Amino acid sequence: MIKLESKIPQGPLADKWNNYKSHLSLVSPANKKKLDIIVVGTGLSGASSASALGELGYNVKVFCFQDSSRRAHSVAAQGGINAAKNYKNDGDSVYRLFYDMIKGGDFRAREANVYRAAEVSNLVIDHFSAMGVPFARDYGGGLDTRSFGGVQVSRTFYAKGQTGQQCLLGTYSSLNRQIAKGNVTLYTRRDMLDLVMVDGKARGIITRNLLTGELERHSAHAVVLATGGYGTVFYLSTLALGSNSSAAWAAHKKGALFANPSFIQIHPTSIPVLNDYQSKLTLMSESLRNDGRVWVPKEKDEKRKPNDIPEEDRDYYLERRYPAFGNLVPRDVASRAAKERCDAGYGVGDTGLSVYLDFKDAINKQGEKVIADKYGNLFEMYEKITGINPYREPMRIYPAGHYTMGGLWVDYNLMTTIPGLYSVGESNFSDHGANRLGASSLMQCSGDGYFILPYTIGDYLSDEIRTPRFSTDTPEFEEAEKEVKERIARVMAVNGTQTVTSFHRRLGKILWDSCGMVRSKEGLEKGIEMLDQLEEEFWKEVKVPGTADEYNQELEKALRVADFFEVGRLMCQDALDRDESCGAHFREEFQSPQGEAQRNDAEFAHVSAYEYAGNKQKPVLHKEPLVFENVELKERSYK
Amino acid sequence: MNFKLKIWRQKNAATKGKFEDYTLNDVSPEMSFLQMLDYFNDKLITEGGQPVHFEHDCREGICGSCGLYINGRPHGPLRNTTTCELHMREFEDGSTIVIEPWRSRAFPIIKDLVVDRSSFEEVMLAGGFVNINTGGALDANTTPINKKISDRAFDAAVCIGCGACVAACKNSSAALFVSAKVSQFAMLPQGKTEAAERVEKMVAKMDDMGFGFCSNTYACEFDCPKGISVEFIAQMNREFFSAKVCSHKK
Ligand SMILES: Cc1cc2nc3c(=O)[nH]c(=O)nc-3n(C[C@H](O)[C@H](O)[C@H](O)COP(=O)(O)OP(=O)(O)OC[C@H]3O[C@@H](n4cnc5c(N)ncnc54)[C@H](O)[C@@H]3O)c2cc1C
Ligand code: FES
Repeated sequence: MIKLESKIPQGPLADKWNNYKSHLSLVSPANKKKLDIIVVGTGLSGASSASALGELGYNVKVFCFQDSSRRAHSVAAQGGINAAKNYKNDGDSVYRLFYDMIKGGDFRAREANVYRAAEVSNLVIDHFSAMGVPFARDYGGGLDTRSFGGVQVSRTFYAKGQTGQQCLLGTYSSLNRQIAKGNVTLYTRRDMLDLVMVDGKARGIITRNLLTGELERHSAHAVVLATGGYGTVFYLSTLALGSNSSAAWAAHKKGALFANPSFIQIHPTSIPVLNDYQSKLTLMSESLRNDGRVWVPKEKDEKRKPNDIPEEDRDYYLERRYPAFGNLVPRDVASRAAKERCDAGYGVGDTGLSVYLDFKDAINKQGEKVIADKYGNLFEMYEKITGINPYREPMRIYPAGHYTMGGLWVDYNLMTTIPGLYSVGESNFSDHGANRLGASSLMQCSGDGYFILPYTIGDYLSDEIRTPRFSTDTPEFEEAEKEVKERIARVMAVNGTQTVTSFHRRLGKILWDSCGMVRSKEGLEKGIEMLDQLEEEFWKEVKVPGTADEYNQELEKALRVADFFEVGRLMCQDALDRDESCGAHFREEFQSPQGEAQRNDAEFAHVSAYEYAGNKQKPVLHKEPLVFENVELKERSYK
Repeated sequence: MNFKLKIWRQKNAATKGKFEDYTLNDVSPEMSFLQMLDYFNDKLITEGGQPVHFEHDCREGICGSCGLYINGRPHGPLRNTTTCELHMREFEDGSTIVIEPWRSRAFPIIKDLVVDRSSFEEVMLAGGFVNINTGGALDANTTPINKKISDRAFDAAVCIGCGACVAACKNSSAALFVSAKVSQFAMLPQGKTEAAERVEKMVAKMDDMGFGFCSNTYACEFDCPKGISVEFIAQMNREFFSAKVCSHKK
């Protein structure tokens, strides 16, 4: 029987982490060398974990599916990274960052974890700066910041529109330093396909060498999953195409609970769908809402070009509905507001599924050069994709699947319900509740890896120093490898007539319609039914060409899509179970007369963590109550 | 739109590759180049063929995974554009498009259009970092950096490590890639202390990995999707010579 123990330390919020980490057990330097740790993932969370653990002297193996660790999806983050430095003297503090995240997450995150994330954010910025990450600076040579949605202070550090790239390259360099020293071994072009358990503990993984198809066994004293988000479940999303849920799902099947699977952020500003073959939606960073104004025409059948529509015929609906935050309302609010306008018939573009993001006023006020300095690369990206110059004409944008707040359930130590299995970064559920505030993921990923996991994992490993390095020639590894082999053989054997992508596209559409920005009981139930049917068809009709023992990109995709069916079903189940609206989870049945989300704190102030019960079996729901001792549960208003 | 595609097909590193000719009809001008290849692969698969392997991930010009040699140019005809950002509206309807992998001794072909770029990683491992431990960093604002210098370091740091510079160069030189990395660190106070050792190690590794010499034709800058300037090569050379002079004196 699984018991959820959050292991939140006693004591006042602000002292918890400091006190706790001073009392954690340590591993001596001589013993660290004898302990092996596997880290899966080389994004900000994985690369920071691996390099910090390598630095401490553990023997680390790190894995990614790309050809280089620096291509992990973190590289694509654009707008910035938060820290409570208060460099702008505008009233920021660790507490305020904590409060903004708790409120932004619509009171569905654990206070202690969020506070700690805010607390270590300052260390992260100092560390990046020391590694030579070229953040934007002002003329005095100090670091510059900007504002992001859902907050009223300026705490977002940035490197033009390439903050993720610069942070990841910095982290990559610290990882390389440990690889060069021999503390970390990097395995690229590997897919983790299973987790190996020995005596109830995580003890290794099975990977597939993507170039040869060979299945490999790796053992360790502890395993860390840093495998990112699963927003690609929608097929069209802002994520890199390889992003997947397979590693986390393998862990889930072995006993790791999956928390809040339906909390998926739909980002308000992505370039809209332009054609039927679209494979990806490109994000236009939230930072643009600092200077861009969102609007639609006041008339439904407006035929004029955007620049020909005079001020009085424009509806700046965010400024109208939310005067206090205006264009900088949080993402869930902005996304739903865009959908509301489009559904009501005011959308623009051929499909009517987009709204304008206009920089005319900002350019008039600040000049084109200043705007180019802040957003140059984003404007270029927009023009390349759409052929429209956003300096001259407003951008067209629409919401797109973006970030998974849900993920593997972890306790305060970032350990899942499987002893010895940790989860960091976007792959865990920990810090963002039902909605993530902009620029707080890079912050969480780096904080988890550099400044939290290295402490908490030591506490676990201090009990493992007598466990010798073990062989992979054991029945447990044998069995896990056999299961993987059978799964691969099964999908290869179908030999149907339809491509993997065609299934992924249909799967994504079902989920977008039933478990996207707006959900309903009826829609979700229908969604589950359709997923069942499509999954059945997949196992009869999918075609994977080539063989399993060669470089086979279609096979890689097929294994991921096969897992997405199960993930999708769990998302719908979670959305059904949660009879309230909170953050990104908006159930049509639960809204105020003004169309705002209506939480139900009496019944739903908890984390929903699901236990796997077999495919198509109803998962077992465990609830972790959320206790708010430091903030008052309030209606989340941005008016 | 309709196209004739001439694509390099190669089963694996051990077998010889060759160009295959295909026709592809009903391409929409709004498709990106990689969407066109997806569409083409879907057709191949449903007709019982083997899909063309190519690398990609972010599809927004930042991860550096994609890299195709299109009509004789790395990343195709547009400047400052990666393959994944290229759109079919840039091609003439009815024309032939020749698609090849990067060609360089330092980047062996793995399959079809996929090459092995791990030689770049080896160069980075030789010294592309600042030797600083986690924790204990001073407050970020205790080291002010002149905005111009920090912006300049950023201009070098935007390299996505795709390898187009090597593919563009008749000598397969990696000078632009290596110089961007060397310069970024050498310009910032955090990386300056070790600048001399770093440039020596990285340049030595670059030579070991089989990259050719730079003969200043600037093809790399022209084809770099991120517009990295050849001025960084000059900077690397300066760093390198002054490092050599210093180590001689010692
Ligand atoms: C377009 C975009 C812009 C964003 N902008 C911002 C921003 O400005 N600020 C911000 O704070 N956040 C931003 N985010 C969110 C943020 O980028 C991500 O949440 C964060 O980078 C995730 O990092 P990670 O380390 O958890 O995972 P990732 O960076 O996604 O890395 C996952 C790693 O796991 C590996 N992996 C995955 N599956 C497997 C497997 N089965 N086997 C082996 N390896 C595997 C991959 O190879 C990769 O190395 C943005 C997100 C997107 C999509
Ligand atoms: S796919 Fe990432 S740069 Fe092209």
